[in-house]
Amino acid sequence: MDILETLKTLWSGSGFYNFFMDGGYKNLIMIVISCALLYLGIKKKFEPLLLVGIAFGCLLVNISYFVSADSTNALYHPELWDQFLDHDSPYYHSYGNIMSNGGLLDILYIGVKTGLYPSLIFLGIGAMTDFGPLLSNPKSLLLGAAAQMGVFLAFFGAICIGFDGNQAASIGIIGGADGPTAIFLTSKLAPELLGPIAVAAYSYMALIPLIQPPLMRLLTTKKEREVKMEQTREVSKTEKIIFPIVVAVFIILLLPSTAPLIGCLMLGNLWKECGVTARLSDTVQNALMNIVTVFLGISVGATMVAGNFLSWRTLLIILLGLAAFAFSTIGGLLVGKLMYVLTGGKINPLIGSAGVSAVPMAARVSQNEGQKANPSNFLLMHAMGPNVAGVIGSAIAAGFLLAVFG
Amino acid sequence: MPIHVLVASVKDMRLGDAAVTAIFGYLVVFLGLTLLMTILYLMGAGFQAKAKRKQAVPAVAASEAAAESAPEQLLAPGSAGHVKLYDVPDKEAAMIMAIVANQMQKPLNELHFISIKEVKNDEV
Repeated sequence: MDILETLKTLWSGSGFYNFFMDGGYKNLIMIVISCALLYLGIKKKFEPLLLVGIAFGCLLVNISYFVSADSTNALYHPELWDQFLDHDSPYYHSYGNIMSNGGLLDILYIGVKTGLYPSLIFLGIGAMTDFGPLLSNPKSLLLGAAAQMGVFLAFFGAICIGFDGNQAASIGIIGGADGPTAIFLTSKLAPELLGPIAVAAYSYMALIPLIQPPLMRLLTTKKEREVKMEQTREVSKTEKIIFPIVVAVFIILLLPSTAPLIGCLMLGNLWKECGVTARLSDTVQNALMNIVTVFLGISVGATMVAGNFLSWRTLLIILLGLAAFAFSTIGGLLVGKLMYVLTGGKINPLIGSAGVSAVPMAARVSQNEGQKANPSNFLLMHAMGPNVAGVIGSAIAAGFLLAVFG
Repeated sequence: MPIHVLVASVKDMRLGDAAVTAIFGYLVVFLGLTLLMTILYLMGAGFQAKAKRKQAVPAVAASEAAAESAPEQLLAPGSAGHVKLYDVPDKEAAMIMAIVANQMQKPLNELHFISIKEVKNDEV
């Protein structure tokens, strides 16, 4: 046995060797980025349940896949997914090719590509959400609609900058402040942007307590922020049971492309409210949700291959995502102000900013800002209405974009 | 009619097409949620009316039965008298009377309460 030759073979087959090959430095940069994301998730607690998985998925793919090297042992193969999307390839839409030639993360990524994981996450969200505040004050739906402004402004901005329609739609949905919806839409329309869009969406959701308050103070007067809202009516159990059925039927008939998200959201909620499926409700909001979060995080992170992620495009997506969040907040606040005027000062406009999904973080921000202006103010339950309306609103926005570009 | 007809080419959009798509999309979200709001208001109104009917029937029956069966009762010395309660539980009524007496700095037995009624939001 030639020890020197064996050592040479081992060295040339190692990842360390590939760092010095063509484009290998990019993998090093991605490793640094994944460590930074791990720091944000673990130390700063930025949406840790998903960000830690995303960051580790990014780390795994960038230490196992190098552009210039043999990718047999890689966990994720971007070229297989390029073939999957290429109309002229014999492997166009061939999951068989992925299953037989892909790595572990390729196989897990099938759940993202098919829209399975985001839909299952919505099942859990539905089972965890109380739509009572929305039912007791249906006007909240208008605030949830208004707070989708950022989605469409960012979409337009992305087109102006030079992104194509599918990519712009995927970037715009960051403004919906709803991670699973953003992943669902992007995996269908612009899978090449999934990494940066998921990172931007989850990072900004974690940063809502920093992004929203300055805008809230800028756009409202102290008098408006001090408004104490009246207690809304109690909602009966029967209403809560009928609600998911009505919403599913109505929204899916209106926009069939929303069926996976709205269908799962409402089924989860029905299990929660109907009172005879407590075991299922408990499973989807705990065990299933956790299992899917494991797969979703790691497989989204896997798409952050150095060659795709390290570009000016990523920086633009992150900036457009921030603009989308800001404009969504502004949209909700402006309609909140309009409602304040129309109701003779009975509605506190601060609840408008909670229309940007991000349940329940955005509602908590409204509560905190309201209480800063008036310590006896309790806006949380009032803000939960627009907050859950935002979830439905962003699913409709995604359904519209999917209908146009899908 | 497919929504694709909105734009000539959905991949590479012109700015005008993008603006129309953005405005139209925002309107679709508003329209969808406004229709849903209308449905929820109608649903809520139906349930509230049903709940009111349910509440009214036993309340009327109970007050009629009480009026027929209860003879005129003499008030105990120091009593604040009979108080008519509308949609207010006994405990809450007692608490309200105690608060009023405290605010007015008067002993409870010197005050005469005629009725206590819950004011609903829609009656304000």
